[in-house]
Order: sequence, then structure tokens, then C-alpha cells
Amino acid sequence: MKVDRRCFLSFAIGGAAGTALTPLPWKLIDDFAIWSQNWPWTPVPEKGETTYAKSTCTLCPGGCGINVRRVDDRVVKIEGLAGHPVNDGGVCLLGQSGTQLLYGPSRVQTPKKKVNGSWRNISWDDAIAEIVAKLSDLRAEGRSHSVACISDSDRGTVPGLWNRFLTVYGSPNFIRTPSIQDNYELVLYLTQGVRAMPGFDVLNCDYILSFGSGLIEGWQSPVYMFQGKSALVQNGGQLDQIEPRLSKTAAKSDRWIPANPGTEGALARAIAHVIISEELYSQDFVARFAAGFDEFKKLILEEFSPSAVSKMTGVDEDSIAALAREFSRAHKPLAICGRGAGRTPGSLQDFIAVHMLNALVGNLNRPGGLVAVPEPDYIDWPDVEMDAIASKGMQQPRIDGAGSTKYPHARYLLDRLAEVINDSQESPVQVLFLSNANPVYSMADTAAVIKALDKIPLVVSFSSYMDETAARADLILPNHIYLERYEDVPFARGFPQPIISLTQPVVAPLYNTRSVGDVIIQMAQNMGDPMAAAFAWDDYPTCLEETLGDKWDTLTEEGFWVEAGFSGTNWSEAFETDSSKFEFSNNDIKALPAYKPVLAPGDDSFYPLMLIPFDTMRLAGGYIGSPPFMVKALEDTVLKGNDVLVEINPATAKELELSDGKYATLTTPISSARVKVYLFDGIMPGVIAIPRGLGHTAYDKFLAGKGANYNALSAVVEDPATGWDAAWGIRAKLSRA
Amino acid sequence: MSTEDKANKISSEVQNQESNTPQKEPATPPPGVGAAGPITLFFIFGLAASLMLGWVVFPQLLYSQKEQPIQFNHVLHNELVDNGCESCHYFREDGTYSGVPKLAQCIDCHEEVQGESAEEEKFVTQYIQRDREVPWRVYSRQPDCVFFSHAAHVKMGKMDCVTCHGPMGESETLKGYEANRITGLSRDIWGRNIAGFKKNSWDRMKMDDCSECHQREDVNQNSVQTDKGGCFVCHK
Repeated sequence: MKVDRRCFLSFAIGGAAGTALTPLPWKLIDDFAIWSQNWPWTPVPEKGETTYAKSTCTLCPGGCGINVRRVDDRVVKIEGLAGHPVNDGGVCLLGQSGTQLLYGPSRVQTPKKKVNGSWRNISWDDAIAEIVAKLSDLRAEGRSHSVACISDSDRGTVPGLWNRFLTVYGSPNFIRTPSIQDNYELVLYLTQGVRAMPGFDVLNCDYILSFGSGLIEGWQSPVYMFQGKSALVQNGGQLDQIEPRLSKTAAKSDRWIPANPGTEGALARAIAHVIISEELYSQDFVARFAAGFDEFKKLILEEFSPSAVSKMTGVDEDSIAALAREFSRAHKPLAICGRGAGRTPGSLQDFIAVHMLNALVGNLNRPGGLVAVPEPDYIDWPDVEMDAIASKGMQQPRIDGAGSTKYPHARYLLDRLAEVINDSQESPVQVLFLSNANPVYSMADTAAVIKALDKIPLVVSFSSYMDETAARADLILPNHIYLERYEDVPFARGFPQPIISLTQPVVAPLYNTRSVGDVIIQMAQNMGDPMAAAFAWDDYPTCLEETLGDKWDTLTEEGFWVEAGFSGTNWSEAFETDSSKFEFSNNDIKALPAYKPVLAPGDDSFYPLMLIPFDTMRLAGGYIGSPPFMVKALEDTVLKGNDVLVEINPATAKELELSDGKYATLTTPISSARVKVYLFDGIMPGVIAIPRGLGHTAYDKFLAGKGANYNALSAVVEDPATGWDAAWGIRAKLSRA
Repeated sequence: MSTEDKANKISSEVQNQESNTPQKEPATPPPGVGAAGPITLFFIFGLAASLMLGWVVFPQLLYSQKEQPIQFNHVLHNELVDNGCESCHYFREDGTYSGVPKLAQCIDCHEEVQGESAEEEKFVTQYIQRDREVPWRVYSRQPDCVFFSHAAHVKMGKMDCVTCHGPMGESETLKGYEANRITGLSRDIWGRNIAGFKKNSWDRMKMDDCSECHQREDVNQNSVQTDKGGCFVCHK
């Protein structure tokens, strides 16, 4: 038999006919259809039991309640907690992105020690033993005061434990990271004599005069302020925004008044001038509950006439008068300040001027007004017994100079720390603890901060992430992230009622991490008496439960405890000044350096532009790095590819021969960065802006290397009254790259 | 000589040969007919081979044979519980269905080894004591694009478990799990019969089988969630 080509064809035809008579083709089509509709690499949430857990978000000081949805043991969504007084079901982009912070790749998974420039994993016992040995040596040498701790808060049990630890150890150097709270708290102290936190009843006011505050860009408690802005609109209220740039808040305001940056304090005083000269102020409040008004009136009328201020601010006299009249004629007007999200303290004189406006209309401690919220007072631990070394150490001056004769009003002065260390032969800080702080990223003049950090022999970071500062530390003792730990949140920034919320673990810790509270207790116990005696708790959760006492059950069940109905102490009892009244002027205020507009650092002939930062809800601030979900949500007028866009007025761009979308070099007296030009009509000519929150060098590939860090380009302008950073921007030049 | 000329020459030679051959009875097939034998034969070979491949070899290639991690005895457990299948495969308080039990349900009885079964010992030592969930292979798992609610079928439709899952509760061991190499799903979805024929309602659980019952029982033809009809009942 001859096998030829025809036979093969015949075989193939037979095969094809046979195949059609089998399930093979039909089954394969079906299977491929199923496969292609369910790509195996597409993540699908595990099936399982859905449960919700109440907790509190600690990613910013907003104090929002969260409701965490889990499927079995996995967190799948973070929602706002309905019924929570601060956010009532609302949640911001960062809050929603918390799952990426939990499961993301930049977590530090176990304690680490830097050996010859590279990280080695070590055990918790070894890490703690190493710190305890160093601390014991310093104490033996009588240098206990060379230990410092930087923390994002000074309220609540964890900062409380740090303070207690440093006190019994013998160091006064507990430092809170700076923000507008520093100024607000000082203003309340200077004028009202109270150590309190500012609360803003935005839900009930009918007019907001904002001196650059990003009401919908992260100022104070972001979600509460969002809801306040919505309530204002629904109630027919008005928002006037004074700001050199058309921010989101300015865009949503009823009137946007671009004023020369740095002159807001003068503008507030000119508004006061109109209110006083036209007698629009609250006669009742000023007559019965205020002191020092005549001196204040004299100063304002003499030095801050609208005509003089108009030249300084660039706002015409009619606008100033209109603002004053609308503000004082509203039923519940509220003046607020602190630029953007309020991440740098600003000038004390600005805050005083704006606070005086609230006082002039008597809108203090009442619904719709600015409320002095009492400090939380639930921490009632037994007094510590200090030995001679501790007492001696506590009597040493603070390294940052806060509270000294030069800076009597400042409680903490982190911005001076780098300078003090860099000016010394040997670092006055021998051991630095970083608890919820990332100063290498968040402080101005990054190069100086890095230089100072490198001079400190032992830097211990408690960061849960490999952030910029942790990457430069000697030891990392990773904290549980907020979804894995207990912690009290003793306030919600800007919320007008005393509130305590509880952060509770919603998942078991994923990695070999420990809560900072536990580590402090263990370190103290390993140090032996008298330190061990001051930390007699078995562990941090026990300490927390004991501390919160009868509020514990409410907190674990509801997630929060609030002093309902509180709207501020009555005027007759609210003021704890010498006169028991609100003081428009007193000896302390008179002793402050006179008002002067804050100037941007830099030589204006060489740096003709003014660079200002802006905040956005789509980027995290402080010590938290933005998760990928946020970075992806950024507009391409902020970040395009890996390039940050610099906003510039078309007129200025024309002068500089810069065109839209082209690369440029942004140079400040401190540093320079490669940027792309974005022509924006909403920015004053001569002013340029970039966002805060970009330009990370650490974390993961989703965040590192994107854009430029404003802080690395900026410098501190020391406020002559307080020592805090009063800078609102820096001089800059922009040239074609 | 051109190619055409060559062809003509060959052709004439062949004719000469034929004319030279002595004339015989037409016992031998005429020219051209002789090739039909091998061609038919090869056609049949092709047909047979492909039928063999499609019906016998293909199903064996398509499915991988896997064993369950533990040989679970449903009969034994069914005797010990009061509430039938729902004792372990229960509805949660929110109405969702728990599916295959988790370790937490087993641990009450099986914290220590109770009997003499090697499988139980394996379960206790390898899973309970190490706090590892048993990676059960689920025969009835549908692809992720399919929405299925047990509550709608069992609570509202009053169906019993056997209709879809078969007499699982009467099994003393767990059958092997045949995973489709393309989709990863169990062979039980398409059915044991590669042609797709079924004898019992639980033999197959493809889309046609769902819609057959939905049409027969005249159930709500619109999605409860979206009120859209047709595909949206199961494909959200």
C-alpha cells in the first residue's frame, strides 16, 4: 500500500470529523471562556464571614471613628463610623486607603539594627537590651538629659508614658512635632488664661472668614470640616477665603480674596479697625467680659488703618470694609487661620489678630463659635518617685530651648533641634526616640536635619514603615499599625467638644511588631528601680484599661466617649486670666515683639518668585506616607508621571519665557528640584506653588521618587515671639531646564 | 524540450505500456480506484484516533487528580448532630452561608485526638495543633463571575441540600477532587460525563442546569439587587 499525500489529507479530514463528534472542542471553548472571565491573577476577596469592628483612625489628628469591614481575618474596607460625633459615617481618602497601609510592602516586619550600613533583623529582647544598656550608661555618666523623644502628640497614654519615662529617667526633652496647634493653644493661654485646645463649631456657624485655612483640604479634623462646610452651604451661610492661591477651599468659597502672602495678620487687624471704628463689635461682651480693650483699640486704630494695610496686603479698602461689615453682622461669625492643613505653626501675631476678631464679635465658647476645649484629664497615674539623677536631669534646660528666657512661650521647639545639634561639637542628644515622627521628611531644610540625625549616636525609630527617618536610624522597633493595636485618641483636632475615642485591634498583628506602649513599659522595667516602679503595669493594654477606668466599657462598645451638650464654659467662668476676663491686651501680649509681616527667606534680586506649598486631601501629611490609592487619585495638574507640576501665573510664565508642560528647574536658597510648568490663572503673579506630600525618598516604589519634597526646598523662619517656624514660603527662581 | 513536451512524452509512453499489456478480465480495479482503499483506511484511522482522543484521552488530560487533605466521614458526624447538614454548614446571623466549616467549629470536639482514626489524628496534629485551616477542595465552587445565594435557594426556595450537592451526607470518605487544568474548577461543575449528560439533578451544575430549574420553577426572572433581567440574576 502506497502512503501518499492523499492519505495524510484523508487522515486529517477523518480526525477533524471525529473531533467534531467528541466533546473536545465544545468543552475547550467553554473552559477558555470561563478562564478568560475569571483571570486567575485578578484579586478576588476571600469568601468568608463578614464582620465589622469599630475603631478610631490615627492617620491624622482628626480623630474620626471608623468601621472596619472584615472577611474572616482580612480587612477589606474601612468606612466612617455612622453616629460618631466627629465624622458621622464620613471618611477621607487616606482613611479609606488604610488597608494598603496594613498590607502594603513597606512595613517593617521585625526589629532591625543597622550594622555597617545595612539592616540586620534582631530579636525584641536584644533590641531592648541594647537601648537599656545605652540608657544605663548615660545615666551613670550623669547625662540623662541627653535623651530626647519626638512624638506627634503630647496627649493620651502613649505620649503620657513617654513623658513619664523621660521624667523618671531624668530628661526634660520630650518634643511634640510642630503645627498650628502650638499657636492656637498659646493664643488661648495668652488671652483666656486656659490651657485648652481650640474647637470650631463649624456645623452651627453662619459665616466663616478663613485666613488661608484649607477648610476642605485637611485643616484640623478633615471630615468634620468637610461636613461643616456642607452645613454652611445648606444653612445659607457664607465662606470668604483670603489666600494667594485659588485652592480647593477658595474655589468653593463665596468670595476669594487673594492677599499678599505673609500679610494676613495685618489684614485681620485692618478688619478689626473697621469693626472698632464703626462700633460693630459686641458691646456686651467687650464691656462685661473683656479687659484691655482700650489699649487694643488704640493700637489698632493707630497702626492698622485700612488704607495702610491695603498697600501692604494688596486688598483694596472697600473689600476690607466689606469683610468687616459682613463678619460682624453675621449671627455666628467664625474667623479661622493656619494655612492649608496647618502643618507649620505660622506667626503668633497672625493667630492673635484672628482670635481677636472672634472676641470682638463675642463668638467664643458658644454654639457656632470658637470653643476652648479642656485638656483631657483622665490620666491619673500615681506620682513618680525620682532619684537624684532624675531630679538633676529634669532641672537641665531643654535642648531645643523651649521655655527658656529667649523662648518663654514655646513648650516644644523641634524646628530648632537640628540647628542646636549641628552647632555643637558633640551632639547634645545622645539617644533620640522617634515615636510617630518622620522629621527627615517633614521638617524644613532636609539636608540640615539629616546632618543632625547622623551626629546622634543612637537613633531609635518606632515607625511601622521604612520611612525616611527610619531608614537613617540605628534601630527600628516597629510599632503595630493602628489597625492592630489599642490606643486612646484623647481629642479630635478642632472638634468643639471633649471627646475620647479608642483605637482597637481589628486584626491580629501581621508581623513581629510591638505596640510602643508595651516597649516603653518593658524598657522601664528592664532599667530596674526607680524606673520599673513607675511602670508597674503588666502590659500596655492593661495600663490603658486601668487608665480609662469606667469609660473603658463605653469606649470598647461604642468606640468613643463624648461630653455631650458641651458648647464651652460660660463667659463668667471661662477666663482664667488675672482679670478673669478675656484680655485683648495684657502684659504678656504687650511684651511680644510688635507685628511685622513675615518675609519669605531669600534674596529677592536673585530669587524673584515666592514659592508656597499647598495641601491636598489626596496626599497624606505628617509621618504617614501616601498609600498608592491616594497617589493614583492625584490630578495630572499636580503630578504627571514622576514629575511634580509647579503652578505659575501665565503672566509670570510669559516674563520668564516658560511654557506649559515644559521642564524647569526650581531653585530656592536651600535646594533645587526638577519640575514641570503648569500655567494656572488661580495663583497670584509672582507666586508659584507645589504640593506638600510628594518627593519621598523612602517607603515603596509606589511613593518614592515621585515629585519633589517642598520641605527639602524650604527654610525655617523663626517667629521672634515664639521661636516656632513662621514661614509661609520661600523665595525661589524658576528657569528652563 | 519544454516541460509540456516532456509531459506529453511520458503520457504517450504510458499509453504505449498500457496498449502493450495483455488484456485481462476486469478483476483488477480500474486505474484511480486502487487508491481509494488507503484513503478510506486513513480516514477511518483519523476518525478513530480523534474519537479516542476526544472521548478517552482528553478528559484524562483535562483534569488533574487531587485528594482531599483529610478523609472526612460525613456519616459518622451526621449521627452525632441534631440538625442535619445545617449543624455544621449553617447560615450566619446576617443570612450569609458559612459553607465549609472552619477550624473553630471543629475544635470543640477535636482539641485532642478522640478515636483511633488515622485521619482524625492527622487532622488534630497537622491542623488543630498548628492552628492551620484545612485547605478543603470544594466540589461545588462556581467561578467568581457567578453570584449564588444559599439563602435564596434553601431558605426562600425551600430546596434541600441533596438537589444540588447529591447524597454527600451519606459518604464515609471524600471522593477525589478532579480539578480542571484550565479553569481550576472541580469536574463536578461540568459533570462526570464528558458529554454533559446527567441522570440526577446534582450531576452537573453548569449555567444551563441553573436556568433549567429557574425556568421550570418560574422563579423571579429579575435580579433582586438590580432588578435587571436575564443574565443579571446570577451575573451581577
